[in-house]
Amino acid sequence: MATPEATDTSGTKPNGPVAAVLLATGIGGVVLAALTIWAEASTGFKDSLAYDLEVGPLSGKTIWGTAAFFGSWAILGLALRRREVDLKKVGVVAAVLVGLALVGTFSLFFELFTEE
Amino acid sequence: MELTTREFWALVHGLLLGGAFLLAFSGGLAGFYSLRPEYVTPAGIHERVRRLTIGTTTMAVLVWLTVVSGTWIVYPWYREDVPDSPRSQLLANPDTEDWHTFAFEWKEHVAWLAPMLATATAFIVLYYRDDLIKNQTARRIAIALFVGAFGVAVIAGVLGALVTKKAPIT
Repeated sequence: MATPEATDTSGTKPNGPVAAVLLATGIGGVVLAALTIWAEASTGFKDSLAYDLEVGPLSGKTIWGTAAFFGSWAILGLALRRREVDLKKVGVVAAVLVGLALVGTFSLFFELFTEE
Repeated sequence: MELTTREFWALVHGLLLGGAFLLAFSGGLAGFYSLRPEYVTPAGIHERVRRLTIGTTTMAVLVWLTVVSGTWIVYPWYREDVPDSPRSQLLANPDTEDWHTFAFEWKEHVAWLAPMLATATAFIVLYYRDDLIKNQTARRIAIALFVGAFGVAVIAGVLGALVTKKAPIT
């Protein structure tokens, strides 16, 4: 017997675009975290991210993190626009990526990589 | 009784934009939670989803404006390379330097995850609209993203408020 939650999803839109935005969220977060760690490990790289002198290296980290989010969303959105995917699996992958982003942007973690 | 330009923008960033995002969360969560076939009549679905669409989209815009105003308007005043900037004051004292090295460093980076999570939430609602109720997996994922955006915003907001308490931007 069908439970109330086992609703009919036939006739609804393909879930590929939803998978795209989920993965893009993870990718944007991981890029932000990776740049944060890399900048901590290399003063030269940190300085190169200071596109705006008043904001400092945070300007480059956030510009590239945001670009990775919107860029990967656009690319994946095009690639998956008509696809039906296993949304639960995509959700798990996105959760792992967001988890990595949370760890990578945690100060006690990324400061472990601070250049001596 | 007046605010300096810096105090005004700190207020806009932390209280008006960030505060509005945090306050709107409980309403949005209630909307998502109750979006189940057994709770809503067909006539009620459209009205409920319309509110969720407006709410999640507004919240995504609010949180983008919060991080952009925080990073590009308020943060330069916080980190100014002068002795009386909040960052300089915190780092000058071993008893307060953790407010920068731990709290502010965490806040300034983690906060940028919130707009991505909130945008993904809003997109799912906008994409499915009334059909979201038929896609309970998508609805649960949207709730997880929404709660994630809120959690990140709480971390950033609380740390920002505490740092401001120790070394305000004036």
